Amino acid sequence: MNTGQLMALMPILMLSLTAVVLMIQASIKRDQGLAWWITAIGFLLTLWGAGYAREFTQPVTMLLMVDDWGLFFTTLILVASLVTLILSKDSFSPEGERKEEYYLLLVLSVLGAVVLIQSSHMASLLLGMELMGVALYGMIAFPEKGELPLEAAIKYLVLSACASAMLLFGFALIYAATGDLSYGGMGAKAAAAFSQEPLVLMAGSAMVLAGLGFKLSVVPFHMWTPDVYQGAPTPVTGFLATVSKGAVFVALTRFYLDGQLYQYDSLIMALSVVAMASMLVGNWLALRQDNIKRLLAYSSIAHFGYLLIVLIALAAAQSTMSSELIGQAITFYLAAYIVTTLAAFTVIANLAGEDDSKSMLSAFEGLFWRNPVQASALTVAMLSFAGIPLTAGFIGKFYLIMLSIQSQLWVLLGALVLGSAIAIYYYLRIIFAMSKTSGTMIKTESRAALGAQDIVAALLLLLVLALGSWPQPFIEFAGAL
Amino acid sequence: MVMVNLILILLLGGVIAMLSERAGENIPRRVALVVIMLDLAYLLSELWGMPSLTQLQAPMPDDPSTWLMHFKAQWIPAFGISIELALDGISLLMVLLTLVLGAIAVSASWTDIAVKHGFFEANLLWTLAGVLGVFMALDLFLFFLFWEVMLIPMYFMIAIWGHENRGYAAMKFFIFTQASGLLMLVATLALVKVNHSATGQWSFSYFDLLNTPMPEQTAHWLMLGFFIAFVVKLPAFPFHTWLPDAHTQAPTAGSVILAGILLKTGAYGLIRFAVPLFPEAALDFSWTAMALGAAGVVYGAVLAFSQSDFKRLVAYSSVSHMGFVLLGVYAWNELALQGAVMQMVAHGFSTAALFMIAGSLQERLHTRDMREMGGLWQQMPRMGAVAMFFVLASLGLPGLGNFVAEFLVLLGLFQISPWITAVAALGLITGAIYSLILMQKSFQGEPNPKLQDHGLVDFAGREMLTMTVMMVALIGLGLYPQPVLDMAQPVLQSLLEMTSVEAMP
Repeated sequence: MNTGQLMALMPILMLSLTAVVLMIQASIKRDQGLAWWITAIGFLLTLWGAGYAREFTQPVTMLLMVDDWGLFFTTLILVASLVTLILSKDSFSPEGERKEEYYLLLVLSVLGAVVLIQSSHMASLLLGMELMGVALYGMIAFPEKGELPLEAAIKYLVLSACASAMLLFGFALIYAATGDLSYGGMGAKAAAAFSQEPLVLMAGSAMVLAGLGFKLSVVPFHMWTPDVYQGAPTPVTGFLATVSKGAVFVALTRFYLDGQLYQYDSLIMALSVVAMASMLVGNWLALRQDNIKRLLAYSSIAHFGYLLIVLIALAAAQSTMSSELIGQAITFYLAAYIVTTLAAFTVIANLAGEDDSKSMLSAFEGLFWRNPVQASALTVAMLSFAGIPLTAGFIGKFYLIMLSIQSQLWVLLGALVLGSAIAIYYYLRIIFAMSKTSGTMIKTESRAALGAQDIVAALLLLLVLALGSWPQPFIEFAGAL
Repeated sequence: MVMVNLILILLLGGVIAMLSERAGENIPRRVALVVIMLDLAYLLSELWGMPSLTQLQAPMPDDPSTWLMHFKAQWIPAFGISIELALDGISLLMVLLTLVLGAIAVSASWTDIAVKHGFFEANLLWTLAGVLGVFMALDLFLFFLFWEVMLIPMYFMIAIWGHENRGYAAMKFFIFTQASGLLMLVATLALVKVNHSATGQWSFSYFDLLNTPMPEQTAHWLMLGFFIAFVVKLPAFPFHTWLPDAHTQAPTAGSVILAGILLKTGAYGLIRFAVPLFPEAALDFSWTAMALGAAGVVYGAVLAFSQSDFKRLVAYSSVSHMGFVLLGVYAWNELALQGAVMQMVAHGFSTAALFMIAGSLQERLHTRDMREMGGLWQQMPRMGAVAMFFVLASLGLPGLGNFVAEFLVLLGLFQISPWITAVAALGLITGAIYSLILMQKSFQGEPNPKLQDHGLVDFAGREMLTMTVMMVALIGLGLYPQPVLDMAQPVLQSLLEMTSVEAMP
């Protein structure tokens, strides 16, 4: 390994360093405030590292691939992690609870996500995913009081273990068929292996996709999502929805692209069914939710169903056109989804805290008149999820529709339109609840005039609007990745 | 820039109106009125010196320089999306209608709104801004944007200040329009994609997308996407079910804007986009569309007749009247199109006025149920006389604007199909029935004893002034419709020429 490769690993090194410093600090002097600052500085250093590493993009050993695309998502999830950190600061800290370990877990989880994003080999894929996942169990179960977090953590643990088992078995099958564990190597040898032993290769790839599908919570692997979303502390839910899912999707895209899985019709068929089921089931079940965290859980199921269209479109695109549009579509949609989800969870964390009854829809009634900044942020987030123009979500949907038309995926397009039409109802319900002028006004403790959380919410609101109304710079940027 | 300014004035005016509530509850509506008047004055002053206005030349659909005004600026060059606005005779008519009815809506909200005055007037102004955008946008992406974005302030107007069942009505309104809008988005993108395959260039500009060559089958599906979005908004039978709820539950100013202006965006879309972009497919489809139009005329009238809710009756009458517009557009000859445009303007005034009367009645009686009214003329003679005038206008009394409109539509339609004309003409008779029933049940007949000691206040200065404006407009349109026809004529002429070259050899 030469210096350049070491520099390319700068984000990972910075995060590891932060983790070590946190551990040492905890053994010398336990201090929550100090631990928070160390984590924050660590994240900022990592952000700098991600920018610095752009000079040195290259494959690092056979395990990791450091490229502009991966570094962009590294930056994005670091921003999401910073928001999570800010929300965690006073979101759940009843007396007596020690949170140094929470910050340590957060750092480790982000480290796992970064490895996942840059993985180019099945070993690093598994390493990244397990590191991220194991740290997340701890974060979900961190509040000492209450049964919901514990239940959520155990549910997530058991199902994640199943997912990992499937993933490993899939790796084994692929290795048996191709004799290679790196994505590129597998892709190169897969065609020959397919002609000899199609079943082994297909079964292996399908199991890997299923394992990743668990983490993305696409139908039919979605059962855990609402309970975990509801039970986890709200900042952790936001983290799970953005960092964890985003990183897994990036890894899935790399595996799918470099492994050249788009050549196999049976896999495409399976993906199409999964995508359609996610769009329709996710949106349909969201209609019946009264808890905003569960509602967003189902909405995220639908959103990853939408996003899968991109991967399916890629298959059709191979022969007909350049894949430039597809790269832009993934980048834009994922970025829009992450920013929007962050905005939504910032508001929820701010208002509901850890009180489960306050994340019911009825608790949001009249929010417009009590806290206009937070209410506007949530409104814009909902409109962005629903894909209304001038928001980031609309441009994302614009890309998806354009791609489906280009690749002539009419059935999927139909599901997208139907799903979006259903979705308007539950997004509007939230907006309607907030605009009610009468009704049960739940008193919230009066905060300082403009707290840090208001500023975060306002910034995210502006970001969603900026991406939606002036997307040209970002499109150019995404096109250059 | 003039057109961008027109929209910006309203947007900023909305913000000012919202903030001005701190100075007092009465301030926002004054601000709103001033802003709209300013906008109108600005538009008129810009038009004043224009020589082309007195002698409107036919704007060529594919040549922007022949239009009254044209503005284009890059927006998202990656997809060939630009901020492209243009004004011709028809859009100018619609813009003027929007601003005048906007001022009337502010007047309607004068005493109607009890809470959050600032936010209400802001939403009103933002809706107007969105509608202006719809009438002026010639980039299909921009058009779709305005089409969707104007829904949000309208949604708030119904959801926050509406009547008892406002949540349901607002939701239904939004979902119907948004879902059909998605179809339009898909059709737009597919059209752009077809154009991209043919020319290798991304463009959302109306001028580039006209005459896009495509297979018959494709054109058919794409046309359907636009058609459904527009007839849901129009609304035409059987897509009208959102309308009675939304119009009935909206506050008075909201109903005025909905019925007076928002419905016209659907009709405008049909004339500007659905037919010219796909002339052949539209021609094939015209029989279905005309059948829907005729069905709407009769069905709307029958349903209007059986209502007991004053506002709901007026709402259903809109379905009937908009059926004429659909007939006029798809007959696609000059007479019928003139009639459709005329109907858009005349119906805007007559229905807005009827909704204002409904609002005034509700304010005074706290009910919209006509079974609890009766003999109101004795207590409120001025309001009765005004109501009589607009009811007569609505049923198509010769000498008033609506008559000219419906007559022209029927005349043009007769050349295409005497049978459909015969069915549509039934609408004139049924129209007379429900309109007179409305008048009889509420203003005439035995006074309702329960209302005797209500101390009903008749129309006063502000209300009479507003009503007079609309009466003058309708009489003007009825007796001397030529200016309006002259404004629309060159546009329609060029549209007809363009579509006829290809579609009707």
